[in-house]
Amino acid sequence: MSDEHFDAIVVGAGPSGNAAAYTMAKEGLKVLQLERGEYPGSKNVQGAILYASALEQIIPDFREDAPLERHVIEQRMWTMDDASHVGMHYRSNDFNEEKPNRYTIIRAQFDKWFSRKVRDAGATLLCETTVTELLRDSSGKVIGVRTDRNAGKVFADVVILAEGVNGLVGQRSGLRSEVAPDTVALAVKEMHFLPREVIESRFNLKGDEGVVIEAMGTITKGMTGTGFLYTNEESISVGIGCIVSDFAENETTPYGLLEAFKNHPSIKPLLAGSECKEYASHLIPEGGYNAIPRLVGDGWIVVGDAGQFVNAVHREGSNLAMTTGRIAGETVVWLNRRRDEMTKANLTEYTRRLEQTFVMKDMKKYRKIPDFLHGNKHVFTLYPKLFTNAAQSWFRVDGVDKRSKEKQIMSSFRKSRSILGLLGDAFKLARAWR
Amino acid sequence: MIETTHATGMKVEEKLFQNRYLVDAGRPHIKVLPHDKPSKALLALTHACPAGCYAENERGQVEITADGCMECGTCRIMTAKTGEIEWNYPRGGFGILYKFG
Repeated sequence: MSDEHFDAIVVGAGPSGNAAAYTMAKEGLKVLQLERGEYPGSKNVQGAILYASALEQIIPDFREDAPLERHVIEQRMWTMDDASHVGMHYRSNDFNEEKPNRYTIIRAQFDKWFSRKVRDAGATLLCETTVTELLRDSSGKVIGVRTDRNAGKVFADVVILAEGVNGLVGQRSGLRSEVAPDTVALAVKEMHFLPREVIESRFNLKGDEGVVIEAMGTITKGMTGTGFLYTNEESISVGIGCIVSDFAENETTPYGLLEAFKNHPSIKPLLAGSECKEYASHLIPEGGYNAIPRLVGDGWIVVGDAGQFVNAVHREGSNLAMTTGRIAGETVVWLNRRRDEMTKANLTEYTRRLEQTFVMKDMKKYRKIPDFLHGNKHVFTLYPKLFTNAAQSWFRVDGVDKRSKEKQIMSSFRKSRSILGLLGDAFKLARAWR
Repeated sequence: MIETTHATGMKVEEKLFQNRYLVDAGRPHIKVLPHDKPSKALLALTHACPAGCYAENERGQVEITADGCMECGTCRIMTAKTGEIEWNYPRGGFGILYKFG
């Protein structure tokens, strides 16, 4: 590495970094992208679901060669107790469309593909290179980065930090504060392989159709969190995650939680006979709007997970990552064309543009949800039990008359949570949801 | 690797065995700083670390063997306030190498 000067340096080659680097390189900017892994994706973990619309705005014909697993035609939302689940399922043939809306993907493969596009667009990618700090001029403006490669300094007009949820560069340079344990979830995940015909018959699928299951309830042992199971072409991604501060308070191990989830009577038959080929763990930013750090400064921009851009309620993250990356890239291109300086004031255009998109609108909409979920553990313990018990009482035919069954169900809710408690929970949820 | 068996009877080592790593021998990227008695946060890592890297020794201190680390950062964030561990990413190219992610 020499004293070469770039228009922009992108730290990280995940969805947000790739979106930013691609957008700038395609418009002819001189872009250097730095990735600490051996190849893009080697450090990255996701469920994973790809939302087509965010990628379409960057690479419209991505379906031609992107490594996609299955397009999602069915969503199952489960509330679970130890022996049962009650579910809301939505399956539609409308999702079998010419340009499907959501796909399951395998991140290591997808990130490699996206990175190939970035390099084809003209960006320079250096892997196995960890950025250790930001370089600044005497006024404090960021002018480049230092890396752990020998000689290590590179300079640019602007540095885009796409370094992920556990990104150290921005934080250790004082651009943002330490991530608080109650604003991130720790998720663990396994990849289970099965022949595609088995997956298709087990999940009632044909061809490339796919199913996703999102689950909550006693599976997280009273902690704030969710489980998931996604069908890939020849594998199943299964995982579970909870807020880090809850893990700190509980004796539970993440892998113990995953084992219990896999052995739940509703999940176990879906995985029967599969071979596990990888165990992964990663943090997920879940602090929402209130946890978003400062996003721009003199010579720097933050995108993706590093900016806490995850919509935890809808399990969306990679689309927010790609969109923030794209808009950061477009902002830099716009300033570059105008020959404007990459100052904090000028880069604020990025946040102005973000405000106009679904990203900031959704983040704002759900800004009270993290506190609601974290402060109302009933959602993960008591309510799942009440719902599943009510369902059992309703469906079990045992000679008890229906009016008595109704009374019994109503009184189970009143006894365990009181009318005021029930109303209060409903009111708080409605207010947080607004 | 520290042997860590838990209530489910399952060893986390069996899970980590599936994974690919390039270990930077002799240069651990995480260190537990010398201490007499671990804080509650540091002690919690013995169950919260998803790779089971942390264990309590016979003197009641917490030790780390970082070979199975998946670089998630949970331990860093949990002990950020107490400052009991030193956390850096492995050198470029080293550490976990996800095949699927």
